[in-house]
Amino acid sequence: MSETILQAGILIFVAAGGTAVVFNREPLSQAMVVSFYGLLLGIMFFVFQAPDVGLSQIVVGAVALPLMILLVLARVKKQGRKSD
Amino acid sequence: MTRRVRKIFFLLSAAALVWVFFLAYSPLAPFGYVQSKYGDMVNAITVPERHITDAVTAVNFDVRGFDTLGEEFILFTSVMGVLLLMRRQKDEPAGDHEDKAADRMIPPASDAVRVTSLLLIAPTVLFGLYIVTHGQVTPGGGFQGGVILSTAPLLLYLCADYRPFRRAVPQRLIEASEAFGAAAYILIGGACVALGGLFLQNSLPLGQSGSLTSGGMVPFINLGVGLEVSGGLSLALLVYLEELLEEKEQ
Repeated sequence: MSETILQAGILIFVAAGGTAVVFNREPLSQAMVVSFYGLLLGIMFFVFQAPDVGLSQIVVGAVALPLMILLVLARVKKQGRKSD
Repeated sequence: MTRRVRKIFFLLSAAALVWVFFLAYSPLAPFGYVQSKYGDMVNAITVPERHITDAVTAVNFDVRGFDTLGEEFILFTSVMGVLLLMRRQKDEPAGDHEDKAADRMIPPASDAVRVTSLLLIAPTVLFGLYIVTHGQVTPGGGFQGGVILSTAPLLLYLCADYRPFRRAVPQRLIEASEAFGAAAYILIGGACVALGGLFLQNSLPLGQSGSLTSGGMVPFINLGVGLEVSGGLSLALLVYLEELLEEKEQ
């Protein structure tokens, strides 16, 4: 029973997190929100008894993906300044 | 296309999507009901035949080891792509654009951040190594542990400034270890062929189930993957910091 509540709860959090990512229109803050969303997905995998996938999800979704987005943002900003 | 037409178009395609989802999901087994012959088979063979207590690692690095080789090289090629795109080009000399606030330096990190990240470095490295080396016993492995290891340079940057960080990080060594880690997977597989077996056939002594040395070749493959992943992500991080900070520091 408590497991079901936990699973339902994390699913609601994940749905809310995904919606938050989509409705955030500012790329820099979106990178932060997507990082938090990655952490939520990791917890979801853990709750659904897939700790291996959960670990991968945390490291990819909460660390690697936001890093890539920030990298691109830094690059784009630099080029934007150059063409001014 | 007016707003109204777009809305109608959206509603129609949303309805179609819901219908397809319904068709796809309705024949599935109910939630929580597991029936998978493959899963039962994996659970049955991993401990007796491979002495690996983490079934996911057994599948990834033994049962379908060749697929994981491809996955590892996806990461390798992506890191290479990032490095290629981010490199300083010939027609792009350093500092060719104006710094809008040249007199304003990056604010130094607070003492709390410095001390916390200094204290975190050693546990992070230790935890990363633990995850890499215990892949065959508990959840984790070279991939997850490698990413954890690659956050150690980030902590080093947070507790020092950019220049001492750059001096402390051996970029050539990281590049070499990334390449070696990627090559190790193929070399291990090739060694099996050279010794008369199949590619990636687990041909080392399997050891005691649940111990660090169990699983035959799997811990060695995990070490290689750990080197490759930690090296690759550290390089991506270095490029990012370079891109962001180099000119400010000059």
